[in-house]
Amino acid sequence: MKIAITSTGKNLDSLMDPRFGRAPYIVIASSDGDLLEVIDNAVNVNAMRGAGIQAAKSLADRGVDVLLTGHCGPNAFTALQAAGIKIGTDQTGSVKEVLSRFKDQGISFADKPNVEAHW
Amino acid sequence: MKIAVASGKGGTGKTTIATSLAAVLDRRAQILDCDVEEPNCHILMSPSINCSEVVTLPTPLIDMDRCNLCGKCGEVCNFSAILTIGKTVLTFPELCHGCGGCVLLCPEKAISEIPRELGVVETGQAGDVEFVHGRIRIGEAMAPPIIKEVKKRINVNRIAILDAPPGASCPVINTVRGTDFVIMVTEPTPFGLHDLRIAVDAIRPLGIPMGVVLNRCDIGNDEVNQYCNHAKLPMLAEIPFDRKIAVGYSRGDMLIKTDPDYMNMFERLFQNISCLVHESSKVHEVIPA
Repeated sequence: MKIAITSTGKNLDSLMDPRFGRAPYIVIASSDGDLLEVIDNAVNVNAMRGAGIQAAKSLADRGVDVLLTGHCGPNAFTALQAAGIKIGTDQTGSVKEVLSRFKDQGISFADKPNVEAHW
Repeated sequence: MKIAVASGKGGTGKTTIATSLAAVLDRRAQILDCDVEEPNCHILMSPSINCSEVVTLPTPLIDMDRCNLCGKCGEVCNFSAILTIGKTVLTFPELCHGCGGCVLLCPEKAISEIPRELGVVETGQAGDVEFVHGRIRIGEAMAPPIIKEVKKRINVNRIAILDAPPGASCPVINTVRGTDFVIMVTEPTPFGLHDLRIAVDAIRPLGIPMGVVLNRCDIGNDEVNQYCNHAKLPMLAEIPFDRKIAVGYSRGDMLIKTDPDYMNMFERLFQNISCLVHESSKVHEVIPA
């Protein structure tokens, strides 16, 4: 299983970033907690609009199963849902902490966006 | 001739200048209110509206029976308005700019277009002045397509006066592009100067000659004058801060109705602009393209 966590940095000890579409990095890890890939999200950080939609597309293209982040807006939510990606919102702490919370099944998946669109 | 009235800062008197200039030119003029979010030339000119047309933007509609999920539509879209994801294609109509690129590129001809309503364009008469304005649907963000529809109604046989929205972004650029002259209306305050600079910097790359009308010219400081000298912006006219003008405005009267003495000033303003437009076209003739 591939788990994506929005992050301020490139490794598991980095602080996670609560933003989805405009997080500087998205860390992809296995369910065992191994680092698989780091997506440099700079293109979307500077996007005028549609950052969440494009970030969702990059996760879908990589076959990600679960996204763990802070906020998820309506457009990103629609796109992630279409790709069958489960979404855990309102996460805090380091990437590692978010992953272990997920492993301990302490995360419930969202059934709706938790913030307004940013436009 | 097409003359745009812009400012940068809101509330400097764009509409005051645009409406009185049009009214002085009378049967030679057409006024086009391009401030489609908050048009208000009609408040000062009380036109009779005889035609109202809905403005729409074509947005994609996907036939999933034809779609092979190739993703070309999403690759061409600059605004993430269409996206192939999972086993489906999503559209986000509020992000779509209506370019039609996805329709053209779809190898399976699976995309058609459906109209999305943005607002209306209304045309009519204000006395002998031809009147056009656009009104955007409340909550809609896409002003430029409505401004373009307003401008399609420019009567080339008249002097078109285009009242621009404040600011310095897409709606302003869409208004002034293709005009022969831009009147920048400002006031001699730090706020007027700050926003004038931004608007001048935004419009200057279009190569349209500009000049300044200084409203409430006897308040504030001299910095706008200094800036205009330095930036080689001709000072076209000055209007003092006058209680009589403010009272007329508060009643919804045009400046030349409040004080007919200003008719001369607006006639001179137009002659001034005509000369500047003529001069700048001569300059363009001399420099080979």
